[in-house]
Amino acid sequence: MDFLYSHLLSIILFFPVFAAILILFLPKDEPNLIRWTALISSLVPFVLTLLLWSNFDKTAGAAFQFEESYVWYEAINSNFHIGVDGISLSMVLLTTLLTPLAILASFSITEKVKAYMMLFLFLEMGMLGVFMSMDLLIFFVFWEIGLVPMYFLINQWGSKNRDYASLKFMIYTVGGSLGLLLAIQMLGVLTETYEIAGIMAKWNQLPSDMIVMGLEVGVIKVIAFWAFVVAFAIKVPVWPFHTWLPDAHTEAPTAGSMILAGVLLKLGAYGFIRLVLPLYPGQSEHFAGWLAFLAVMAIVFGAFGAYGQYDFKRLVAYSSVNHMGFVLLGIAAAAKAYGTANAHIAMNGAILQMFNHGLSAAGMFFLVGVIYERTHTRDLRKFGGLFPLVPIYGGILIFTSMASLGLPGLNGFVSEFLVVRGAWGELAGYTAAGMIGLLFTGAYILKGIKNVLHGPMNEEWAHGEHKLTEISTREIVVMVPLMALMLSLGIAPAWLLGVINNAVTALF
Amino acid sequence: MAFPILSVIIFTPLVAALILLMMPADRKTEIRMTALVSAAFALILSLWVYLSYDQAAAGYQFIEKYAWLPQFGISLHLGVDGISTPLVLLTGVVMFTGVIISWGIDDRPREFFAFLFILASGVFGVFVALDLFMLFFFYEIAVFPMYLLIAIWGWVKTREYAAMKLTLYLFIGSVVALVGALAMYFNSGLGTFDMLMLETANFSAKFQQIWFLPVFMGFAVLGGIFPFHNWSPDGHVAAPTAVSMFHAGVLMKLGAFAALRVGIMLLPLGAIYWQPLILGLAIVNVVYGAFIAMTQTDLKYMIGFSSVSHMGLVMLGFATLTQDGMIGASVQMFSHGAMTALFFAATGMVYDRAHTRQIPELGGMFKALPYVGVTFIIGGLVSMGMPGFSGFVAEFPIFMGVWRVAPWMAILAVISIVITAAYIMLAVRRTFFGEMPKEFEGHIGPISFMDKFALTLLSTLMIGLGMFPAVMVPMVKTGVEHIMEILKVVK
Repeated sequence: MDFLYSHLLSIILFFPVFAAILILFLPKDEPNLIRWTALISSLVPFVLTLLLWSNFDKTAGAAFQFEESYVWYEAINSNFHIGVDGISLSMVLLTTLLTPLAILASFSITEKVKAYMMLFLFLEMGMLGVFMSMDLLIFFVFWEIGLVPMYFLINQWGSKNRDYASLKFMIYTVGGSLGLLLAIQMLGVLTETYEIAGIMAKWNQLPSDMIVMGLEVGVIKVIAFWAFVVAFAIKVPVWPFHTWLPDAHTEAPTAGSMILAGVLLKLGAYGFIRLVLPLYPGQSEHFAGWLAFLAVMAIVFGAFGAYGQYDFKRLVAYSSVNHMGFVLLGIAAAAKAYGTANAHIAMNGAILQMFNHGLSAAGMFFLVGVIYERTHTRDLRKFGGLFPLVPIYGGILIFTSMASLGLPGLNGFVSEFLVVRGAWGELAGYTAAGMIGLLFTGAYILKGIKNVLHGPMNEEWAHGEHKLTEISTREIVVMVPLMALMLSLGIAPAWLLGVINNAVTALF
Repeated sequence: MAFPILSVIIFTPLVAALILLMMPADRKTEIRMTALVSAAFALILSLWVYLSYDQAAAGYQFIEKYAWLPQFGISLHLGVDGISTPLVLLTGVVMFTGVIISWGIDDRPREFFAFLFILASGVFGVFVALDLFMLFFFYEIAVFPMYLLIAIWGWVKTREYAAMKLTLYLFIGSVVALVGALAMYFNSGLGTFDMLMLETANFSAKFQQIWFLPVFMGFAVLGGIFPFHNWSPDGHVAAPTAVSMFHAGVLMKLGAFAALRVGIMLLPLGAIYWQPLILGLAIVNVVYGAFIAMTQTDLKYMIGFSSVSHMGLVMLGFATLTQDGMIGASVQMFSHGAMTALFFAATGMVYDRAHTRQIPELGGMFKALPYVGVTFIIGGLVSMGMPGFSGFVAEFPIFMGVWRVAPWMAILAVISIVITAAYIMLAVRRTFFGEMPKEFEGHIGPISFMDKFALTLLSTLMIGLGMFPAVMVPMVKTGVEHIMEILKVVK
């Protein structure tokens, strides 16, 4: 047991790889065996994460726990150093929770099941690695590794326009991380370490008028700050770097979209919280207004963009831009008010919003996938009045949409309220403008529900060979944990917020 | 006396070549078996050297010294350090996999393997030579069989042209470098070609500044340095698969390695003096090579130009004259060697079946050749510098080195990464995915077990090195530290 506890994080991190290798040796023509192996083995990290959660000292503040450190690349002082605090723990939980659900959702995949499941498990490792890294180089390693499986998931199992979308996704994110790569190298050269804590200590002590590499430290910090911001902003994605997202989402297979929206977008926001703010507190404060501006643009344009769509999946995709805008708004407020109660409230809201959006976006994409599998269309104009045909599906869709919309009593409300509450005192104008976006959030969500469930029934789906079938038990099983969490976080968010808050109050 | 392992490594392929030439030409199976066994033997020996190199002791090891022409101070002086040991292993690996995937060569396999082995012997020789004369001797041995291999077994359309171009380029380069070497011999006053003694010759600054450029550039031609790179893609394309693997996998490293050993280590002041120029040329290699690769439609040309780009990173790393840069460059030599060997092997397998390398004419190969597809993708990820693969482990320190000497160059060079990602992904998609053209249906046979073995071996090396850099980097570091000392002394 001691071994288990002292290596818990690396076991969680690498178990998916182990499972993927196991799947490699399963016979190709037994898709069910492969599916169940993938599902069961993806439950192992989840169970271990629950164990991690229960053994995590929730009163310990900012300290990282379950740390492990091994020499990785000794010549350039990089260690394989992982650990979790309250912020990363909640993200690890989100990842290990969504992965089995996404795998369960992919049971309808019939082509190349083996490769699909293996890529999914590799993807899980990449994402978990980012959340656990305490070494900047390791962070970057996992950050990039996740791209590869995602690229192939979109490229191989996507819909019609997948070639374009997958290449755009790849080039956008690789291009975006070039600046990050350069900035990381520069930090490594200046501080001679890649430990995030070590870099932070040395980097923040450099006097801003010192000349390094021919430039003043202050100027370098500004450049490096924007290099980090752009890389993470592309991943979040923040307006105006969001254009890869609707394409990638629309073309990705359902489970791919679930993970993309549910976890991958959080990597960007996590980067802001874990790296940008702590490494560049001065610059973050100085440019907080800019960040808030970008956030508000994401909220407003995301909402408008979503409202303008007739493709159900594109609508949900734009809603991600809209919701992730709130995360960035919270981060901007925290950057502005560093060290105050407002900052803590806004940051708590931002992190909780990350978790909540992970649940609701995964749910929404899955529900879009459910109806797409039956009708082979996502065009909202071709649906209509389906509620009587599929009452259970309709109920679930409305529930999830409401969570996404931020209905009080469900999870979205709590986090958006916290963000707005924290940001109001710091960035009142931006927050007010963001509230207008919230209005349109309501509009596009209702548009989605109306076009699918209400209005005159499209008779095509009522009879004959295209008759719409009700949501299946497997699909309900995917939704139940998501809905349960949406409800419980809406009513009693304290169990999660407490863990997040400990880390936030100590850090910001 | 200890077992003379390095000379055995050099002479194994040479002796094997002689045995092969004495066998009757129509006993093809026996010829192949002989080739395979001797390649395996050389691989095992090079692995032995790699594993038993004492990192704590560092320096040159497995030293052997036999008088050869004592009147002129020439001796057969062999030894390996932390930089050459991985390259010896690489040569062993590429030789072995090259033989495996050439199993199907039906046109005069006896001569083919014999020439390939003479080439390998020369390559081993350069990597382990500690005598300047011997280094040249082996260098020419490595270059010459290349001409025959390309001209006889090459791609019909361009083989005469490419073989001629390659040989002339490389001979001119080496003649220029040879003049520099002779200048060192006479100027040092030591009356020896022994590089360990020449390292301590204390050439005047003026002398080093004058002679560095001819020596470095003469060798760097074989490393594909801009503007003398354009023999290389032509040569790659015209060569048969195993020769392309050798050519890009180890021969180009020969140039970079000799440029380091003779240029930078013997004339360090010259290196410092000319550093900006070399950095500049290397940057052009890296970025321009990537852009040209992007425009290619022939798969082999694309890989050829990507080699120009990647070898540029090696030169870039050396030119930084920093520890990080040199470590990265040395690891990059190994990583790029394994990667291009894999690329050319995979491309050869596709070409043998589809009879075209034109990317637009291919498609859907993944269904017929999944194993080739997967390993090609792994090679592609290495090429893109994707973390978790050896390319990242190599490129990252190179860039750190560049940051130390010329930050804006790092920013410039990094553009190549996104260009590389674009052309690799496009090539993978167009070759392996999408619809398979009608005329290929049913004509694309599976690859053999031996082919799979070769591809697996190369991929494993790249993934292993990418995940556990400690298997090679500490060794390389011992070699680089020695160069750092040389540079520190002259500074």
